[in-house]
Amino acid sequence: MKIVVCIKQVPDTKGGVKFNPDGTLDRAGMLAIMNPDDKAGLEAALRIKDETGAEVTVVTMGLPKADDVLREAMAMGADKAILVTDRVLGGADTWATSTTIAGALRNIDYDLIITGRQAIDGDTAQVGPQIAEHLGIPVISYAADIKVEGDSIIVKRQYEDRYHELKAKMPCLVTALSELNVPRYMTPGGIFDAYDKEVTVWGRKDLKDVDDGDIGLAGSPTKIAKASDKVRKGAGEKVVLDPTESVAYIMGKLKERHVI
Amino acid sequence: MDFSLDKKHEMARKLFNDFAETEVKPLAQEVDETERFPQETVDKMAKAGFMGIPVPKEYGGQGCDPLTYIMCVEELSKVCGTTGVIVSAHTSLCIDPILTYGTEEQKQKYVRPLATGEKLGAFALTEPGAGTDAQGAQTKAVLDGDEWVLNGSKCFITNGKVADVYIVIAITSITEDKKGRKKKNFSAFIVDKGAPGFSFGTKEKKMGIRGSSTYELIFEDCRIPKENILGPEGKGFPIAMHTLDGGRIGIAAQALGIAEGALDRAIAYTKERKQFGRSIAAQQNTQFKLADMAARIDAAQMLVYKAAIAKANQKVYSVEAAKAKLFAAETAMAVTTQVVQLFGGYGYIREYDVERMMRDAKITEIYEGTSEVQRMVISGALLK
Repeated sequence: MKIVVCIKQVPDTKGGVKFNPDGTLDRAGMLAIMNPDDKAGLEAALRIKDETGAEVTVVTMGLPKADDVLREAMAMGADKAILVTDRVLGGADTWATSTTIAGALRNIDYDLIITGRQAIDGDTAQVGPQIAEHLGIPVISYAADIKVEGDSIIVKRQYEDRYHELKAKMPCLVTALSELNVPRYMTPGGIFDAYDKEVTVWGRKDLKDVDDGDIGLAGSPTKIAKASDKVRKGAGEKVVLDPTESVAYIMGKLKERHVI
Repeated sequence: MDFSLDKKHEMARKLFNDFAETEVKPLAQEVDETERFPQETVDKMAKAGFMGIPVPKEYGGQGCDPLTYIMCVEELSKVCGTTGVIVSAHTSLCIDPILTYGTEEQKQKYVRPLATGEKLGAFALTEPGAGTDAQGAQTKAVLDGDEWVLNGSKCFITNGKVADVYIVIAITSITEDKKGRKKKNFSAFIVDKGAPGFSFGTKEKKMGIRGSSTYELIFEDCRIPKENILGPEGKGFPIAMHTLDGGRIGIAAQALGIAEGALDRAIAYTKERKQFGRSIAAQQNTQFKLADMAARIDAAQMLVYKAAIAKANQKVYSVEAAKAKLFAAETAMAVTTQVVQLFGGYGYIREYDVERMMRDAKITEIYEGTSEVQRMVISGALLK
């Protein structure tokens, strides 16, 4: 079995987000980490590897320094790593990114592709499902559990209040939630091995069946007007009332704020 | 000459730091307060490969260099001196001598489970009447058929009772030199927990590193297989001394980590703590103290890393190890004492980490060769 895990190097937003004067993210000013949802996806793949001996390949698109997250993934146990990097790919939105990654994945064999649900820098949750669409394979998003059964996978798809158990025949793509598991630590020996291994580096010319008009900034239909950090909501007000009183209370509040 | 770490060592430090902050730090105060051996942490370290970092992969280890192992002890000790010494005693004092002096059978049998962390190791040289004067030891081993029979006791043994494998130094013969002076000839042995006649005495109640399990070992007609002698008969003393050279680099790393951890807390605290209307970090007295501590810690780190690199590249590294341990231990004591002072009354309260760190620091000036012994080693080399 062959598993591909798509990972992304993201700025660590735990300590707040820093912006450049032009409104873009100040990536240099923030620590770079492996996106948490992607790390959970990698752990899920490594658990399948532990059970079945599957081969795990990690793929990332980014700047040359994204090599760090690929080494980290190999130090955790991934077998191979591919870095897709090229100046012409810069400034990509989700469409151009998914087109690029799909173009890279057309070069390799896979039974299962795992991506994180979303990256903590863009928070779109679009790239995973878009890759599946480009490759013409089924997608199950928001996986809280992944099991392999013969040539199929069984996934618990998480909703706010419940989950669906879905079965899909491979090849298919799954997007993972960081709640899926607690990722393992790298091992010291794994780190040493990771730096002795080769990372395959691909550029524009290595992408299969991809038009120039669908990559990089020029191929990105999304235009960002303004970016901002998440605004923390206040603690809110909690009231306990019976249903009739509740309706009156809510109506009063809505009128008070001129909502109705 | 390049003082920067390469990428693999940088990533290893990040790993050890993440692990220490996530798994070790939350337990440090409780482990100290209750004098409890943190078995769950040891289990997690085994899984993460921390129990056999400088051991070749063919023996179940991680195949890394001594510097990586030293950085692990350093990072663990930043948050918990107890956890640092558990790894140090296990790796430097038990695995290392078996790797260096053991037969292939001994390496396969003992190093593999020790390096994977399935088993824990300890080292027993010190006796009630023989500390710095290790020649004063009384424990004896006599060959009886296919077995060595050990009698005597060892004290202050780190990882005592919780370890599975013990390196024990005992007298195997007494010879007379030309002048008729008696000389004890020591040998080293590998003793398994559960060997008949091997038991544990009292648990020591210590000032610091209180989660570390420190016991007396008792041998009463303890019988071990003949093949469990480590290295040639009569070579136990040089084996013990060489083992301690490596061990001292581990303790130096522990001391370095304690000093670094204390300084980190001092920086955070002095920025927050306000007196006379401004943070105490704004006072020049505080700034100068922080600067002195940072410079001294950097110097200690260079000596410790230099010794670790010497262990990788040289056959003999006694002087490098002695300098590293002497300077790092005295730095740990000086820095933690100063940090407690900066914390004022709060520094004396057990709720704050720095009180524990000052207690933990003291032992680094004593065990695996006191600071005075390190000075003897260094000056001995200067004056020979």
